[in-house]
Amino acid sequence: MNQLKNFSKGLLKENPILILVLGTCPTLAVTTSAINGAGMGLATTFVLVMSNIFISLMKNIIADNIRIPSFIVIIATFVTVVDLCMQAYIPSLHAQLGIFIPLIVVNCIVLGRAEAFASKNGVLSSAIDGLGMGLGFTLALTVLGAIREILGSLSVFNWKFAAGDGALIFVLAPGAFICLGFLMAIVNKIVKKSNS
Amino acid sequence: MSKLKSTLPNMVIVLGLIAAITSLLLAYVYTITKQPIDDAKQIKLNNAIAEVVPGLETFKEYKVKFDESTDSLTFYDVYKNDELIGTAVKSYDNNGFNGRIVILVGLNPDGNIIKTVALEQSETPGLGAKMDNVKNPEFAEQFANQNPKKFKLQVKKDKGDVDAITAATISSRAYCRAVQLACNAFDAQKGGAQ
Repeated sequence: MNQLKNFSKGLLKENPILILVLGTCPTLAVTTSAINGAGMGLATTFVLVMSNIFISLMKNIIADNIRIPSFIVIIATFVTVVDLCMQAYIPSLHAQLGIFIPLIVVNCIVLGRAEAFASKNGVLSSAIDGLGMGLGFTLALTVLGAIREILGSLSVFNWKFAAGDGALIFVLAPGAFICLGFLMAIVNKIVKKSNS
Repeated sequence: MSKLKSTLPNMVIVLGLIAAITSLLLAYVYTITKQPIDDAKQIKLNNAIAEVVPGLETFKEYKVKFDESTDSLTFYDVYKNDELIGTAVKSYDNNGFNGRIVILVGLNPDGNIIKTVALEQSETPGLGAKMDNVKNPEFAEQFANQNPKKFKLQVKKDKGDVDAITAATISSRAYCRAVQLACNAFDAQKGGAQ
């Protein structure tokens, strides 16, 4: 497969959140601001790339019956690595994301790419696939976070452009569903148009 | 090399191998991040104490078990030029809107509140989370420079002196209870000596 296509499919055409609708739990929970969304997205990207590389390296020695436990052990390792590094070097972001970093382990995107792509393709393709999917995830989270931050707190990337509180509902869970719904509708429309 | 068959020895060896490699990696990352993590925690604690008791130079930490029904509270006696200028008390309440909240209350040696800050809370963003005084100082500032003997540490709905956060009475009550607990523990600990 063409590597450029392999990379770019995660950004829009097979965007994990907006098209495949995988990993919506962290999506809805952490996107209260653009920074949080971007931090979560980049942490997941790292885990995706590293676990995809390792799994595609080991795909021939992992027997079919133990592939899920093997994938989970590998993924959990990299999640813990991210968790420890974040605690050590960016504690303020870690305090914001809290429990959702360890929960990357059970994010369906990571296991989904391991199962659907890395266990069948070469190391380079798998790394690029992980990077594309991860950045697509990051992009969706950042955009969603920015929209919710603008509407809910009247600020963007922590920069306050107007005084006041904004519409509180966008900071809370219902606002997450509303924004995600509209974002998915718009992106699906664009993708459908470009396909036809 | 073709894919290994799912026989028992194959599975045991491979899974064991993966576990061994990943634990080695984790052990390595743990050792290099342990020091920075401890440092970051220490800096965070230092900053919080310095905020509630301005003028911090050194502090002495000890735990006080003041009542059977509560957890032991951590006291930080704050010194400047070897003189006791105040005490920061780490207090908590388990009945915030989303569970436990942890706050730090600065008290001067007479038992008056200097300042309070929220250390850990998971209240509703935009409502109860305003107890965190970084973005919304109004609520926590009410407690600053108050004498807990005269200033009734309850929300106005409960006939106290504290303006509750709008639409977050439960969070406000929890905060008041935590401040009250800190003051009670402080009195029990230091009251006898003075």
